[in-house]
Amino acid sequence: MNNTIVLPIVIPIIAGMVMVICKNMIKLQRYLSIAVTLSIGAVAAFLLEQIKREGVQTLYLGGWEAPFGITLVADMFAVLLVLTTALITFCCLCYAFSSIGADREQHYFYPLTLFLMAGVNGSFLTGDIFNLFVFFEVMLVASYVLITLGGTKMQLRESVKYILINMISSSLFLIAIAFLYAMLGTLNMAHLSVRVAQAGQGGLMTAVAFLFLIVFSIKAGLFLFFWLPGPYSAPPTAIAALFASLLTKVGVYGIIRLFSLVFYHEPNVTHLFIGILAAVSMVLGAMGAVAYWDIRRILTYNVVVGVGFILAGFASFTLEGMRGAVYYLLHDMNVKALLFLLGGTIIHLTGTDKLKAMSGLIRLHPQLGWMFFLAALALSGIPPLSGFIGKLFVTTGTFQAGYFWLGGIGLFTGLLVLYSVMKIFMQVFWGYTNYTAETEKGTTKGLLWPLGILTAVVLFLGLGAEALSEYVDLAVAVLSDPRLYVDAVLSSNL
Amino acid sequence: METIMCVVIGILFAIGTYLILSKTLLRILLGISIIGHGVNLLIMTMGGLKKGGAPLLGWKEYSFTDPLPQALLLTAIVINFATTALFLVLSYRTYEELGTDNSEQLRGYENE
Repeated sequence: MNNTIVLPIVIPIIAGMVMVICKNMIKLQRYLSIAVTLSIGAVAAFLLEQIKREGVQTLYLGGWEAPFGITLVADMFAVLLVLTTALITFCCLCYAFSSIGADREQHYFYPLTLFLMAGVNGSFLTGDIFNLFVFFEVMLVASYVLITLGGTKMQLRESVKYILINMISSSLFLIAIAFLYAMLGTLNMAHLSVRVAQAGQGGLMTAVAFLFLIVFSIKAGLFLFFWLPGPYSAPPTAIAALFASLLTKVGVYGIIRLFSLVFYHEPNVTHLFIGILAAVSMVLGAMGAVAYWDIRRILTYNVVVGVGFILAGFASFTLEGMRGAVYYLLHDMNVKALLFLLGGTIIHLTGTDKLKAMSGLIRLHPQLGWMFFLAALALSGIPPLSGFIGKLFVTTGTFQAGYFWLGGIGLFTGLLVLYSVMKIFMQVFWGYTNYTAETEKGTTKGLLWPLGILTAVVLFLGLGAEALSEYVDLAVAVLSDPRLYVDAVLSSNL
Repeated sequence: METIMCVVIGILFAIGTYLILSKTLLRILLGISIIGHGVNLLIMTMGGLKKGGAPLLGWKEYSFTDPLPQALLLTAIVINFATTALFLVLSYRTYEELGTDNSEQLRGYENE
């Protein structure tokens, strides 16, 4: 029993409700939201140390022991993601202070962001599959409102599609849960793992596993990403960055959790299929990223490539591959937030998202240019930066598993990704400067330092990977050996 | 009883899918709602329909009905209700702003 686990969920909800009451006190809302993200970061750091010392932590809500009540489980993988979420939300909030506008601030931007954060943290920490559905919905409802906030024509049009696709996938999620409950009679993920191991993962069980895979693929944008590019380019920069770095990754987390803990008996069927989906989404995403000439589209297609690459590592189902997937997931969350914020800043400065209308921005904004350069290199995994180590492990893992095609596609699409972001860099920052400080549409005042923090993190994840390796190894240990997770949850009564 | 429920669920899913494939937003929403009802019935059927008494201590029954599906159902209904309400408001607003509820015209590639 460890009560700290509930804090990353409860703190943002309570703070969010206070903010809803204090609707007009914008200053208070800003300080409070910053305090919330920082305190969740502190809680997550505390939990990291505790898990390192004592293993997987659990909390039986209401004192109902597993498998009867709802269990919150904090293993290393989940807590690393909670920590990253806190960091990214912090940076996006700081960016929002000087970019989101008084209108949106007045209309509950901060409480909604915190509710979103509560949903994301809850999805990471829960150990009950129905509770996972509920936290998904908490997150999604907050995101529905955030994506429409402001009510421009484009936002309304895209949010309609976003909500419809998510409602349909939520129905599928419920169907999958219903079948799973009918077959196994439990909803606790650790208990599900035990029961699947006992009963064997037959054809019917694998079919249910595929139903879950479809659900999470829709949410994560793995292969079924047809809905993604529109909605992710509609909302204002800070919100788009939050979406790109958090929402799809929750779907990825769902796939990794379920297919490492519950449905891990038939890797030749399920994991191979995940690998195929990952390969296809990498190729299609890279094609989209190369084809378009506007910043937002290029970046949203890169989200799809990132998701594909993480799951390629997981699909190999080797120790190295999963280590790579964890590294790359952490890296991808940071670098996607950074790139979306940078892209949004460029659009804010030039007033257009068409690449061909921009040039020579580096003369006026050298810091912005160099940060974009670093982020672009990190995204495609150039050695000293954060993408490299993940890419290395994922590629090794896929090769070890014999999926040479998968590793090869990963490396090849890495080049296309590099081309697509370098295209932005060269078009926007090189060339003749056709702007002066007067003709610019906006200023970078107050926007650069959150970007600086994220760039520093990208550098740290690359250069300080050694410091992180201890934690990542523990995360991978639980992913590759479900018994650790199961024993921690069910130790008291099985 | 289970067989009848399965047929009902199947019919609900068929109607829902048909409506989702149409073009007006309101019909799509109705389709999703109907599928939502189908899902709710599915959860209930999957947990086993009434097999015995209420699962209370002190009741002298030999078999009990599983109470968990009802709890899941209640949660699912509430969430479905909330998102449907949100979507109704949003689609009305979209209709007001954009002047159309035809998903064909909401693609938004040309006029962007």
